[in-house]
Amino acid sequence: MLRLATIATTLTRKLMAPVKVFGPAASTNVARVLVCLEEVGADYELVDIDFPGKGHKRPDHLARNPFGQVPAFQDGDVILFESRAIAKYVLRKYKSEQLDLLREGNLEEAAMVDVWTEVETHQYHPALSPIVLECFIYPTLRGLPTNQKVVDESLEKAKKVLEIYETHLSKHKYLAGDFVSFADFNHFACTFYFMDATPYSNLFDSYPYVKAWWENLMSRPSMKKLGANMSTRN
Amino acid sequence: MAPIKVYGWAVSPWMSRTLVCLEEANAEYEIVPMSRSGGDHLLPDYLAINPFGQIPALQDGDLTLYQSRAIARYILRKLKPEFLREGNLRESAMVDAWVDVQAHKLEPILLPIVVNCIINQFVGRDRDQDVVDENIEKLKKLLEVYEARLSTSKYLAGDFLSFAEFTHFAFMRYFMATEYYADVVDAYPHFKAWWEALLSRPSVKKVMAGMPPDFGFGSGKIP
Repeated sequence: MLRLATIATTLTRKLMAPVKVFGPAASTNVARVLVCLEEVGADYELVDIDFPGKGHKRPDHLARNPFGQVPAFQDGDVILFESRAIAKYVLRKYKSEQLDLLREGNLEEAAMVDVWTEVETHQYHPALSPIVLECFIYPTLRGLPTNQKVVDESLEKAKKVLEIYETHLSKHKYLAGDFVSFADFNHFACTFYFMDATPYSNLFDSYPYVKAWWENLMSRPSMKKLGANMSTRN
Repeated sequence: MAPIKVYGWAVSPWMSRTLVCLEEANAEYEIVPMSRSGGDHLLPDYLAINPFGQIPALQDGDLTLYQSRAIARYILRKLKPEFLREGNLRESAMVDAWVDVQAHKLEPILLPIVVNCIINQFVGRDRDQDVVDENIEKLKKLLEVYEARLSTSKYLAGDFLSFAEFTHFAFMRYFMATEYYADVVDAYPHFKAWWEALLSRPSVKKVMAGMPPDFGFGSGKIP
């Protein structure tokens, strides 16, 4: 019965017109949306934006994202901006019995998904992303030297945050509980770049539960596929 | 049912985000007052509630939550789900988008303005006028997008009031106490009308009564 339901769902999805995501695959906010599309098995088209050519400031893009940022998203006549809003739209649209990554039908579970989604935004990302900026983005894309003071301060912040994650993940398999969710997916792009594009990936060795959680996530087909396109090492 | 408990200091814009939602939801709640200057948020008992050592936090029976927007969503989902519209794909996405615009675009601009224009003088820090000027310029550009939206839509997410409105209140409240407010906001008449309508809501008036324009520093009631 489960297999028939899965086949029916897959067929239905394939019959829906593909949704469109606008922006480069390397953008962490674009990747946030792509990981959700991959997880739900949606048909989608990625349309790159020519940043050097100021494609993000052109009227056609501004009509989709009035802030001139990426991602933008289109599903028929629905046009959206803000990566988390887009991602949740995708997860709600393709939700099924087997695939409920927001848990909005369960008050406690949905609240935990929201808490750890907010924690990624306000605690985790601010600690890790300056390290990615200083070690990779600024040197590679702007020809600037790494500011080691910023890196060192961020590493200290990151350790405090990871200690909290370690305690939490010693009690729960995933961030929102014993089920994988949007909260986990939100951590993908930032963590991927931290591991791939900085010399500090061994930081996670000191936090074995966090490391195991991350390696478990990276074993998911969605993240393996997207990571291959995002890797800075090729 | 035991009332919901909310931990923090009422002058905090993050705390008041949750209080507005509790009021709009007609929730039964009590504030557990904490002292920022006393370091209550860093004590072990509180870290057991929120290991990140920040306020607000909420307890509802066995459930403990932190992060103001997660708390707000929980309250609304439980008591007033029409303010989230999670049963409607398009509407819920518009609510989420404008909640995130406040979080990722407006708040990072208003926070340094408020810190420099209101708070710094009370905590022995100089006002950095360059930071203020830079952010006022960013604010004007951002408000152009808000103005365009509110010229064609009564509320941010569409023709319905939502969490997108409530989440904007607190930081705008403190921006309103700076010398820049009138000149900036007067240039965006739809935004101004939308903001003044939000200010007139009973929930907002009640929460605002606990938010003096100087965060309480001037009267010695330091949070």
